[in-house]
Amino acid sequence: MSMRTPLNRARGSGSTKDGTAHWWTQRVTGVALVPLTIWFVFSAISLAGADYTAFKAWAGNYGHAVLLILLIISIFQHTQLGLQVVIEDYVHKEATKVTMLIVMKFIVYLCAAACLLAVLKFALGN
Amino acid sequence: MESHKRPLSPHIGIYKPQITSVLSILHRLTGIALAFGAILLTYWLSAGAYGPEAFARAQGFMGSIFGRLILLGLTFSLFYHLCNGIRHLAWDAGWGFELPKLRATGWLVLILAIVLTGVTWVLAYKAAGLMS
Repeated sequence: MSMRTPLNRARGSGSTKDGTAHWWTQRVTGVALVPLTIWFVFSAISLAGADYTAFKAWAGNYGHAVLLILLIISIFQHTQLGLQVVIEDYVHKEATKVTMLIVMKFIVYLCAAACLLAVLKFALGN
Repeated sequence: MESHKRPLSPHIGIYKPQITSVLSILHRLTGIALAFGAILLTYWLSAGAYGPEAFARAQGFMGSIFGRLILLGLTFSLFYHLCNGIRHLAWDAGWGFELPKLRATGWLVLILAIVLTGVTWVLAYKAAGLMS
């Protein structure tokens, strides 16, 4: 007879294996993106039609770089979680689903890495 | 696992579109659109990191008619997803599930997204010197 409680046996065995982590992270990144995207929209407005010098001055600002890093992490984490649900909802063939999930995650991480490197380049100078 | 031919929930096509269902689908569609927007953001930032010529090309693309149409769609998607996302957070807190409230916040979110998109573009055109 097992001495483990029913709750202990159930933990980590749900359909997603990670309980509420997915749902919760989606909310936390969503909350973070409220002020971050509002800031980014104002920045994008100021950069409409801007030349390279103006762009570099904006992106090279230390505070802007910090906000951009937070924005990028939140955007891609939120995107990855959201697209995962979309794929899981509509793709029912297991092999296709897993392949699409992996390809989607690879693209998301590739974009995130490229964005972060670009921001670091502006912030740390050439 | 082979699934049997079980009766499925009523097909979505037989429902009359309602503000609640249409906005729910729109949240998902704008989310997908914004994922492509994130790729565009990656292109823009990377072009900036690559050098002046690449950045000028990226700005040229964004400023073209085609680029502007994409950005307009993305601006609306962003504001809609943002406003409706806040509506979702209110639901998570247990607020706003009554039907009259649900419909009212739905229309509010839609109108707000359209207004904010318009305001953003007027400000951007002014910032770019295309409008006095």
